[in-house]
Amino acid sequence: MCTCLPVYVPLCTCLLVYCPTMTDILEITLLSLQVSTIATLVSLLIGLPFGTWLALGNFRGRSFILSVVNTGMALPPVVVGLVVAMTLWRSGPLGGLKLIYTPWAIIIAQTVISAPVVMGLTAAALAALDPRLQQQLLGLGASRLQMIWMLWREARLPLLAALMAGFGSVISEVGASMMVGGNIRGQTRVLTTAIVLETSKGEFERALALSALLLVITYLINLALTWIQQKGQRR
Amino acid sequence: MNELISIRNLLIKRGSRDVLRVGALDIPRGETLAVVGPNGAGKSTLLLALAHLLKPASGEVQYAGKNLREWDDLEYRRKIAFVFQDPLLMDMTVEDNVALGLKFRGVDKTESRTRAETWMKAMGVEQLAKRRAGQLSGGEAQRVSLARAFVLDPELLLMDEPFSAVDPQTRGQLMKDLSELLAHEHRTTIFVTHNLKEAAQMGDRMAVVIGGELKQVGAPKHIKGNPVDGSVNEFLRELQIDPVASLQGLQ
Repeated sequence: MCTCLPVYVPLCTCLLVYCPTMTDILEITLLSLQVSTIATLVSLLIGLPFGTWLALGNFRGRSFILSVVNTGMALPPVVVGLVVAMTLWRSGPLGGLKLIYTPWAIIIAQTVISAPVVMGLTAAALAALDPRLQQQLLGLGASRLQMIWMLWREARLPLLAALMAGFGSVISEVGASMMVGGNIRGQTRVLTTAIVLETSKGEFERALALSALLLVITYLINLALTWIQQKGQRR
Repeated sequence: MNELISIRNLLIKRGSRDVLRVGALDIPRGETLAVVGPNGAGKSTLLLALAHLLKPASGEVQYAGKNLREWDDLEYRRKIAFVFQDPLLMDMTVEDNVALGLKFRGVDKTESRTRAETWMKAMGVEQLAKRRAGQLSGGEAQRVSLARAFVLDPELLLMDEPFSAVDPQTRGQLMKDLSELLAHEHRTTIFVTHNLKEAAQMGDRMAVVIGGELKQVGAPKHIKGNPVDGSVNEFLRELQIDPVASLQGLQ
C-alpha cells in the first residue's frame, strides 16, 4: 500500500480539482502518451541502428559524428521547435504536407529531440562492451546481423536505459510541442502545454493537478522499465 | 594435397605499421601447431589473420588450396572455431553458451542440445549446464569456452593462450585434458602460448614469432638444437626453460 501512495495521492488530487473536465484530461493525457510513445519508438528505430553503426564502425569522421550526436543529446526543445516549425510552415519546404499544428508535427519535433539521446546512449552502451566480443562472435560463425543481435542482447540493460532517457526527454518537453502543435484544445494539447496554459491563466491548482498527473505517468512508465531492467540484472 | 593451410609472403598492417610478416608456413591436416614468442610479438595477430578477422595487406593465406580472399567470409568462419585468451562468454546459461555457435548455423534444437551435452560432459562442466556464465570460476568458464568451440566440430581450431586466465592448478588439469582430446581427435589446431612446456606438450611442431616476424618452424627439439638466429636463441634462453627437456620429461 505504501508504495502506491505516490500514485494515489496526486491522482486523487487531480481528479478532485479537475472533475468537471474529465474528458479533457483524458484526451490530453492520451494524446501526450500517444505522441511521446510514437516519437520514442521512431527514435528507437533510428537511434538503435545508427548508434550501433557509430559504436562498431571504423571510418573517417566517426569522432566528429559522435560529437555531433552527443551535442544533439542536449538540443534545446525550443530550437528544435523553431526549426521543425519553419520546415512544416505553409511556406516552408515541407509546408505542402500540412502537418503544422497537428499531432504529427509534435511527433516529428519530439523524435528530433529524443533520437540523438537514444543514438548517443546506444553508441555508449555498445562501446562499453569488450571489443573482442565482436571477434569472438564472428569466430564462432555468427553472421554480421547475428553478431549485432548478440551485442544488443549483451547490452540490453543500458539500451533499456537509453529508451527510458529518450521517453523522459519528450514526455516532459514543452517548447517544441507548443511551437509546432499550437496547443489547440482537443487537437494538439498535451499535458505539458496544458500546464503552461493553466499557469498563464493563473489557474495554479489546475496546473498543479496536471503536473501531478504528468509525474505519476512518468513514474509509472519508468517503474515498469526499471522493473524489467532489475529483472534482467537478477538473472 | 595434405596442407590445410598454406601461407606465403603474408604481411599484416595495423594502420601504417607492419605487425606481422610470415614468409612461408604450411600446416598439414591434423597437426597441432604451437605458436610461441614474447608478448607483443604478433602471435595473436597470426591467429586473427588465419581466422580472416584481420585482412592481409599483401601475400596470401590459402585454406584447403583456396585463397582466403576467394572464400565467402561466413562460409569460411563456419569451418573454424576460435578460443580467446579470456572465455568471453555471453550473459546466458552454460548450455546456451555451448550451443551458441550451433544456433548461428541453424542447427535444430534437439541436435544442438545433444551435441552441447556431449561436449559439456567431455569438458567436465555438465553439472553447470543451467548456471549463468557470470557465476562460473575462471577455470569453469574456460572449459565452457573450449566446449563451445569443440561442439562446432571445426576443421580448424584456433586458440589464443587458452590457459592464461586460470590458476596454475586448473591450468595443469586443463592442459592435460586438452592434450588428450587433441591427441584423440587429430583436429588441425593452432594455439598460441608463451609457455614452452605447453608448446612442447601439446604441439606437434612449434612456430617461433619474434618482433612481428615468423622466425622458425619445426619440432621443439630441432629448434632448440638449431636456432635460426640469435633472437630465437635468446628468446629460448631468456625463458630458461629447455623445451627438449620438457618434452622428454613428459614422454
